[in-house]
Formats: sequence, structure tokens, C-alpha cells
Amino acid sequence: MAKVKGEIVVNTERCKGCELCVPVCKEKTIAMSGLLNSKGYHYATSANEDCNGCTNCAIVCPDGAITVYRVKLEAA
Amino acid sequence: MSQLLTREEICVPENEVYHRTCLLTDAALTYCPGCGHGTAHRLIMEVIEEMGLQADTIGVAPVGCSVLAYDFMDIDMQQAAHGRAPAVATGIKRLYPDKFVFTYQGDGDLAAIGTGETLHACNRGENITIFFVNNGIYGMTGGQMAPTTLPGMKTATSPFGRDTESMGYPLKITELIAMLPGTYYVTRQSVHTPQNVRKAKKAIEKAIQYQKLNRGLNFVEIVSNCNSGWKMTPLESNKWMEENMFPYYPLGDIKVPKQN
Amino acid sequence: MKDIRLMKGNEAFAEGIIRAGCDGYFGYPITPQSEVLEYLSTTNPKERTGMVVLQAESEIASIHMVYGGAAAGKRVVTSSSSPGISLMQEGISFMAGTELPCLLLNVVRGGPGLGTIQPSQSDYFQAVKGGGHGDYKMIVLAPASVQEMYDFAKLGFDLAFKHRIQVMILSDGAIGQMMEKVELDDQMPRLTDAEIVKRYPWATTGKTPDRKRNIITSLDLNPVKQEIINQNLQKKFKHIEETEVRFEKIQCDDAEYLFVAYGSSARICQKAVLLGRAQGIKVGLLRPITLFPFPTEELARLAEQVHGMQVIEMSAGQMVEDVRLAVNGRVPVAHYGRLGGIIPAPDEVLHVLEQNFITSKTEKKYEPAAY
Repeated sequence: MAKVKGEIVVNTERCKGCELCVPVCKEKTIAMSGLLNSKGYHYATSANEDCNGCTNCAIVCPDGAITVYRVKLEAA
Repeated sequence: MSQLLTREEICVPENEVYHRTCLLTDAALTYCPGCGHGTAHRLIMEVIEEMGLQADTIGVAPVGCSVLAYDFMDIDMQQAAHGRAPAVATGIKRLYPDKFVFTYQGDGDLAAIGTGETLHACNRGENITIFFVNNGIYGMTGGQMAPTTLPGMKTATSPFGRDTESMGYPLKITELIAMLPGTYYVTRQSVHTPQNVRKAKKAIEKAIQYQKLNRGLNFVEIVSNCNSGWKMTPLESNKWMEENMFPYYPLGDIKVPKQN
Repeated sequence: MKDIRLMKGNEAFAEGIIRAGCDGYFGYPITPQSEVLEYLSTTNPKERTGMVVLQAESEIASIHMVYGGAAAGKRVVTSSSSPGISLMQEGISFMAGTELPCLLLNVVRGGPGLGTIQPSQSDYFQAVKGGGHGDYKMIVLAPASVQEMYDFAKLGFDLAFKHRIQVMILSDGAIGQMMEKVELDDQMPRLTDAEIVKRYPWATTGKTPDRKRNIITSLDLNPVKQEIINQNLQKKFKHIEETEVRFEKIQCDDAEYLFVAYGSSARICQKAVLLGRAQGIKVGLLRPITLFPFPTEELARLAEQVHGMQVIEMSAGQMVEDVRLAVNGRVPVAHYGRLGGIIPAPDEVLHVLEQNFITSKTEKKYEPAAY
């Protein structure tokens, strides 16, 4: 089965640190950063490399702050 | 083996599988962190973008938290007086029958001051689509009791909990209008989990496509959270919503067209 | 050959909006003006011009349907009578705040409250000083005949779109219900959607790629911006005051005394002028046609010429205040008004003028006839 690799890009200024994306990620990739954005919110960030690009996080994000990428990897 | 691709190599346009719709403006949403309004806005704009309806859409914003919807939705919009959006939309649709016309309203707007307009737009079978965000409270004005506030629910104007004896019962407006022959498709959705977001988007697509059939009013209720009004974190409020709001406002299609 | 008919005022207005290229009427029944909606329902302009006619569930819904249509650039109308117009005030204020053109007809009946269905002029303040919240004005036209009920439909639309303002026709139950001869013009074509997009680029007709989205809102939480919005509105009202005043003068050139009256009261005073002239009293009548903008300058000028002005209104005295402002104390301005829906008689008003300004003897003050 061709393996897939995903990545998320969080618009850290748009994120309000609501954490709704954290529990919906089956790979537990997302965590809240220790850093703050200009509005003082801890923004979401990738905490591991296991993202498979399923877009769960992006579609529950009320502010549309997450862009998702996914690429198929050729079977090794 | 997967380390072969760096993050930069993956994050290129052709690998993009999800991005924020361009029909949302760049303005930062004024909604509280974790509020369902943002998700509801996004889904509606995604559908309008995918159906190529931007030039044919006229939206009507209410008075309430989503009064500034026109700052976020990149379409022509009118702002209606509190409760009157269904009448405003009626005026537009009757005069522009080929345009897609929708209202976006909260529970105070639609089920309190605007009950008359809601019922009669539905009863006339206006060929408009109503998006109704039900969070059981008046958010914009600071968390007062709304017609959809649950029994015992504490709000700024029911500080000891809504007492049904003196303050009446939560109003199931969606079930009410579903009984009217003028309504065509009536559904209740939520946008707090990925599965429900996907279902809600399909419902929104139907509610927009059906408008072209001119068979009556399409009505999408979205049960949503109100973190600041309920005084909970977003995750807590979604959990509370599941345990308390959904039993009273069960999700799912309430009225589906027989065959079209 | 001119199309001439015998029509009720309400019906003449309804025919007037159809012929003026109206796109939509949204209304609700209320005596004494239900004939507007009835006429539109029977004559069914949908076939004639494609015009939409819809009976709403309330006057509140009606005015907001008008708001929706107007904000999308259409020529839209509603009509009602006093209590109904009171319900519409928030909607009118919203249209003032968004500078939306529309046409409103108030066939005034006696108030306050349910009052009566008889004619009155007790909504002058509400119409001219602004019945809703915020600083705003409407152009207010006062018809005194069934022909003017017809004519002011087209005039009202033209002024509304020329200035992007609400135009109210302030009629009353008598003029709405009476029948008179009316000369009708040819049908004006309705604007096409394409013409609307071109003429009214501000209208919400659907955001096409060539332009930014149009937003119609009266909300601006930024006080600096909201003040600018209000200042622009005031500039518009000032411009209208300078350019759109309309009135009619009857036998004023040599007048020593002046009646000031509009609508039905003006009709009564017109007769009183004839009666007075027959008795050698040099009396004239100034009939304001626009109540806003008010003929202030003309009245100020006439105040240099006459010894006194007698304002006749079917109310406890509202326009009289604007007359006094215009005259600014130069000559006495008296008010005489019948209430409850009673229309004064010509000899009655003439007698009042004589009492106030001419007869120096201590004759018995005129007692209104007991009905």
C-alpha cells in the first residue's frame, strides 16, 4: 500500500489557540506551541512527523488557519 | 525512508489537499476562539466557491455575533435589522428570482424577535436558504437567555438557571417550520467534529442546490457552542453541547424532499 | 388622447407606481389605505410590467422587504396608515443609515393608538422630524388631490434615486378615499437588471469578478467613521433643503393675511380664501408640497408682507412650529386644528382667521359645531 506523508501549515497569526484541532488528530501530531502569536494566543503546531494529511484538523478549525499537504510515497 | 522528503518539499501547491477558501476575506474573524460561527461561515463559503455562485449570491446578515458576517464573506451582502433577515431576503429573492439568496442568523434573531418573519417566510415557501446557528444564548450582547436556552441553563438573564415555569420552554423552531408545507429541506447539523463537519457540508450543498428547484424554503440549523456565554473552554463547550444540547436538539435531517 | 379616469386616491397611487416603473410593492392591509394593495392585486401588474406585489405578514416585514429590494437597486414601495407607519420606523431608520432609495405612502388616520380611521394630519412630526432613531430626514411630499397621489409616485421615485433617500408621501384618509379625475401618463419601462448594475454600482446584485463586494450596512462601530457617515448624511439633507423645496401659492401677491396649510387642510383653505376675498379680506394660501424640505425662505419672505399667518392642520399643531421657526417672530402665527378625524369647514377656518387677526370686537370665540 503506497504510504502517504502529510504536513500541516498553521497560520500562527490566525490561530486563536482554541485547541479544537488537537483531539481530532488521530496521529496526535498537533500540540499547542509554547510560543505566543501577536494576539497572545498559544498557536497550534506540529509536534511529531506522523501527519498523514487527513485534514481533520483543518476542517474543524473555526478560523481556517490550517493548510494541509499530502503526498504519496512510492513503495520503497 | 519517509525522511527522504523534507517538509518544504511536501508543502508545495500540487500536494495541497486543503486550504482556506478564497471566499473568506482576509479579515480576522471576530468570533471567540473555538466558536462554531467561524466553521459555519467557512463551510458555506466553501460550497458557494465550489458551485461557482459568488457572482449570483446575495447574503443577509442578522444582528448578533454574526452581524459582521459581511466582513468575512466575500459576496454581496446586506445587514438586516434584528430578526428581519427573512423578510429582507424575501424582498431580494422576489425581485431577483435567479439569484441565490440566503440569510445567516442566530437563535435570538431567528427564534425570538424574528419568529414572525421566520414562520411566514417558511409558510410562503420563499425560495431562499436560511442558515440558523443555534447556541442557546445571546452571544453578542453578553450571554443572555435566548428562546433556545435549555431548562436550568445559567445565563446573564437566568442566573439561577432557566426556570421553565416563569421563563418558558426552549423553542424547537426547526421542528415547527418543518411542519409548514412551504419548507422543502429542513435539517439540523453541527460543526464540532470532523465527521459532523463533513455531514454539515453535504447538508449545506443540498440546501443551496435545492434553492434552484424553487420548491420552497431550505433550512439548515447548526447547533453550535458559545464558549464565552457558557463560560467554558471550547473543548468543554463542545462536550457540554453533546451531552445537553443534542438531546434537546437532535441532529439529522428533519424534512427531506420525497424525490426531486 | 390622455388616459383619464375617475379613481380613488389610493388607487391612483397604485396605478402611479405601476406606470412609474415600480419593481415591487410589499404591504399589509390597514384602513384607510387597503385599496392600494387591493388594486395592485386585482390589476395584477405582474402581467403588465413584471412588477412584484406581495402581502406581508406585518408592516414590519413589509418595510424590511422594501429594504431588501432597495438595497439591491430595485424601485420598491410600501404603503400603510399611521399605526402601521409607526411599526416601520426602525426599518426606515435602517434605510436612512444605508441611504436606500424607496417610496413610502402614509395615508394618515387619527391617533394616538388605534385612534380612528378618519383622516388626520397628526403624523407630521413623525414624518418630518424623523420617527425612527438617529439623525435623519426623509423627503416628505404632501398631496392635496387624487391627481397628486398619482403624480407623486413618479416624482417620489425620481427624488428617491436622485438623492438615495427615502421619500414619504404624507396623505390622509380623505385624499386616499375620495374619488377625482386623474390624468394618467404612458407606462415607463422598468429598469433591466443590467441597467441597475450600471446605474447603481452600490447595489447588492451579486459580486462579479470586476468589482469588490457590495455591503449594505448602517453599522460602523468606529465612532470616527460613524461621524463621517452622519456628516455626509447631513450634507445631503442640506443640499436637498437648498434644491428641492416645492410649494403652491394661491392669491398671495397682495395678501395681507395668509393661510398656511397642506393636503386636505389646504383644500379647505382654498375655499376659505375665496370666501374671504368675497368679503374683501385680502387673504392668500401658502400650500407646502414638500414638508421636508420645508418652504422656510418663502414663509420668511411672506412674513415681511402679511400681518399674520393662520395655520390650519387636522392636528393639535405640528407644522405650525416650523412656520413659527420660519417667521421667527416677525408676525403672529396662529394655529387652528380639528382633532379626532374631523375636517374643518371653510367658513369655520375663515372665521378663525378673522377672530385672530381682523375683528377687534370681543365677539364670541368661534365654537366648533357640535356633531
